[in-house]
Amino acid sequence: MSSIAERQRFKRASRPSVFAGFDPFLTGAVAILLSMGTMLVYAATRDWYAANHLDPQYYLKRHIINIFIGALLAWGTTVIDYRLLRAYTPILWGIGVIGLIAVLIPGVGSTVNGAKAWIALPGGFQIQPAELAKISIILGISMILAERGHDSDQPTTRDMVQALAVVAVPALLILAQPDMGTLFIISASVVTIIAVSGAPTKWVVGLLLIAVIGGFVASKAGVISEYQVKRLQSFVDPNADTQGSGYQLRQARITVGSGGLIGTGLFNGPQTNGRFVPEQQTDFIFTVAGEELGFLGSGGIILLYLIILLRAFAITRRSNDPFGRLVGTGVIAWFAFQIFENIGMTLGLMPMTGVPLPFLSYGGSSMFANLIGFGLLQNIHAKHR
Amino acid sequence: MNQRSRLSLFVVQILIVSLIAALFGRLFYIQIAAGPKYRDAALSIQSRDVINPATRGLIVDSSGVPLALNKVGLAITLDRITIDKQPDKGAAVMKSLAHLLGLKYADIFQQTRLCGELPKGQKTGCWTGSRYQPIPITKSADPNIALQIVENSDRYPGIDAAPIAIRNYPGIENVNAAHVLGYVGPMTEEDLLGANGNKYFRSESIGKAGLEIQYDKYLRGTPGIRTVIVDRKESVTRVSQNTASVPGDHLVTSLDIRLQASAESALADAVHRARASGYRADSGAAVVMDVQTGRILAIASYPTYDPNAWEKGLTVQQASDLFSEKNAVPALSRPLQGLFAPASTFKSVSVAAAANAGYNLNGSYDCPAEVKVGNRAFQNFESKAQGHISLKKAIAVSCDTVWYQIAFDEWLRDGGLSPKADPKDYFYNAARGFQINVKTGIDLPAESVGRLPDRQWRKNWYLANKDFYCNYSTRAGKSQQTPFLVLLAKENCLDGDKIRAGDAVNFSIGQGDTVITPLKLTQMYAAIANGGTIWQALVGKAIVKTDGTIIKTMMPEKLGTLPATPATLSFLHDALREVVVSGTAAGSFAGFPVPVSGKTGTAEVLGKNPNGSKKDNTSWFASYAPSDKPRYAVVMLVSQGGFGASTSAVGVRKIYETLFGVKGSQVIPGLALFPNGAPPTKLPKISPATKVKKAP
Repeated sequence: MSSIAERQRFKRASRPSVFAGFDPFLTGAVAILLSMGTMLVYAATRDWYAANHLDPQYYLKRHIINIFIGALLAWGTTVIDYRLLRAYTPILWGIGVIGLIAVLIPGVGSTVNGAKAWIALPGGFQIQPAELAKISIILGISMILAERGHDSDQPTTRDMVQALAVVAVPALLILAQPDMGTLFIISASVVTIIAVSGAPTKWVVGLLLIAVIGGFVASKAGVISEYQVKRLQSFVDPNADTQGSGYQLRQARITVGSGGLIGTGLFNGPQTNGRFVPEQQTDFIFTVAGEELGFLGSGGIILLYLIILLRAFAITRRSNDPFGRLVGTGVIAWFAFQIFENIGMTLGLMPMTGVPLPFLSYGGSSMFANLIGFGLLQNIHAKHR
Repeated sequence: MNQRSRLSLFVVQILIVSLIAALFGRLFYIQIAAGPKYRDAALSIQSRDVINPATRGLIVDSSGVPLALNKVGLAITLDRITIDKQPDKGAAVMKSLAHLLGLKYADIFQQTRLCGELPKGQKTGCWTGSRYQPIPITKSADPNIALQIVENSDRYPGIDAAPIAIRNYPGIENVNAAHVLGYVGPMTEEDLLGANGNKYFRSESIGKAGLEIQYDKYLRGTPGIRTVIVDRKESVTRVSQNTASVPGDHLVTSLDIRLQASAESALADAVHRARASGYRADSGAAVVMDVQTGRILAIASYPTYDPNAWEKGLTVQQASDLFSEKNAVPALSRPLQGLFAPASTFKSVSVAAAANAGYNLNGSYDCPAEVKVGNRAFQNFESKAQGHISLKKAIAVSCDTVWYQIAFDEWLRDGGLSPKADPKDYFYNAARGFQINVKTGIDLPAESVGRLPDRQWRKNWYLANKDFYCNYSTRAGKSQQTPFLVLLAKENCLDGDKIRAGDAVNFSIGQGDTVITPLKLTQMYAAIANGGTIWQALVGKAIVKTDGTIIKTMMPEKLGTLPATPATLSFLHDALREVVVSGTAAGSFAGFPVPVSGKTGTAEVLGKNPNGSKKDNTSWFASYAPSDKPRYAVVMLVSQGGFGASTSAVGVRKIYETLFGVKGSQVIPGLALFPNGAPPTKLPKISPATKVKKAP
């Protein structure tokens, strides 16, 4: 998009509007996913809540509020001055680390599904610092690797050590929760950012090796709790544990598979309405899509993700500012690996970890983080179009 | 952006697009390729079939008196899912339950184990159903005890009490009929998998033996199914299907409950009398057949068991007793599963053989004390030396030596040890004509088939055993190395594939390798009585719907005709009558007012009892009556029961007394079971309340 006419068209379109710089395909895809997610969250919860004499729209209302707040954050992230964002990065990083420390303090953090990942707020709200820490880490490492104090084409060893230190602090705190899913996504994003930063191959390969060996040693040495091992085992043999995580994975697969080509129709999925899959408004939201919308609907969701990622790649490629390029790469890797981990888990390709599906799952923290990530992409787009 | 970063980003893009493509492919596989499989799985997760078992049809006798009906019982059940979640796997609960019910903990433990959970050989009494259905410990609990369990449910987790329809064998007139009726029990995994081609539901009961299994598809009915859609907490969200159960059809049998009771008590009495005379008398059988139709009027087996034991809750001891050798295997139905040497009752076949071979039935034959066949002497068994006598008398006094001579002559004529290419084999052919190696075709499961040890059988036997006998010194155990057995082995090795003289003469008096079931012998004597027609034996008469419509009538098939001319049959009728008038059974039937014809048999048995003692003789009496107008064939057998006349013939007389209404030496008018002299042909009205007809 280098023709003068196009540039002028974008300028014209963007200047008077608060939506300046929004990429139409990216924005459209995210908007469709948000509306589908709203329906799916409602489908996942209405029958069960009604049957238990609770407000069937409880989750629906909160989900819409989350989207609204998230949209404001996205808008803010998009229009904020680029340099300001860079200047605030250390502060954002600091806030992220403080949140991750707070969650480990007994009485502040609460344990859900074996991980100390939540901080309860008044009014029944909860925040999940690890979600927001993803952004801190991506911004932090991008800043260090982008603003090198030398002219070398490649980051030096000193740059790499600094960058890894920026990652290591929050990563270790997340390992302490433990939240292996988020840690996996962060590690994958960091390795991707380093690879794209032009770091020597030995660093990239070395880090990949460390990740693999680290995972292996952690599971052997008991750093990974029994709960985590069980989840990994049930991935290997879904029939090993009929009530625990293997059961959930099997149920998830059955629910998706039973949808067939066109699905049962929204709100009509017996597996969903019977709530056979746990966490189906959050981590297993894709099962609702699979059952009620069928291959057409759930395949469509995957296609929308593909559109988002391809647009993000285009935006990142066009960015000639190293910081923007690395942030874009980080957001792409984050979204891509989180999507792959979540849907892969639902379909039995990946072990079970508790990560939500971007833009679809219920959950404020992840919704805010995802929309901020979306905002970052738009910001890069706006600055470098 | 430098070249390196650009390339890295490109690689990352390819990687990520591949990951998304992988998700897409996997989704396609799960939803489209494997979709139907997952749809079935989902259906089985969401829907629960609540089975309302159909009321099982009644089994009634020929006048409508119930032999098997249904009763409401109180079941105490144990839920394995709940029990297994107890820290001690429910041991404490089962112990206190055992105490409450007066049962043994070990029995409850065994009863509630799936058969697959127990080691081989220790499966007795195990649960044949599924882990997911409550396992009944007893079906006839005391209501007070049930109340205690329900009221203290926190102390008995997983234990429940509920009313349940149970099969009941009311035992009217003290009738037992356990072997013929069978019993019902829970489904096995094989049943559920449709091993026999039928579709069952887990909570149904199924016939397990006897008539209950034979006519199960009629008796069982169709269970009602209510399919409900449930959620994860198993609460019902809606009902998707609801069909009412269709009660099972009734089975009318040709049995007469009074005659059955009489046959059972006469048999038990015969066994006890034999035991009182010092015989072991470990088992026995009695059969009454309508000679004109082949229908079974009574069929008794000894020892027996309580047919209600299953529904009461079988203890491990009871279950293993059923199959214990020490208790003479009560589960075995002697009339159709027991195989015994027919002994002298077989001489009726030999008469036909001799007649077909051209012997004069009215001639006179020598009956010495013994006959030399080769270098062995064959003695008379039941009778002493009689000099020259008629063949009729030879039958009446059961002279063996007459038959030895005829059989030996015929054997020589067929070539002896170097048989002709087309031997006449009059004896084997006559036995084949009597169908001794064919099933009676009775409508009961697991009938045994008799053995006809003819030339072909002998050849097959030799092929199978040649190796053993020709290497006897190394193959046989130490205790088997007696001089006699070593000699026998040597002979068997040498010419075991040929019919030897000894085999031929033994065959003529129903000894040796010939064995038949008591039911087969009944069928043979019924055929003699009715003029030569071999009828299929049948217990079931008709299947009748609850509203009285007849669904199916079972008609006995004509299986064949005896290989005997009218003259031969007429001779047999005379001779068999003579047995009772002046022969071996004369004493047993002294003063009996109804003319009876029959033949005693006393079979020598080789071998040892489990306790090491030598086996006693098998006692037979095969008969029919009235002699002038035969209608009923009655056969009794007492294994290891001594002489045919003293043990079995007396037992048969008691059955005839009931049948004809005889007291002492008088026929009491109105006391006969069938006043018109024949069993009823009309089907009765069926009601669980039908009472036994009593003589005025």
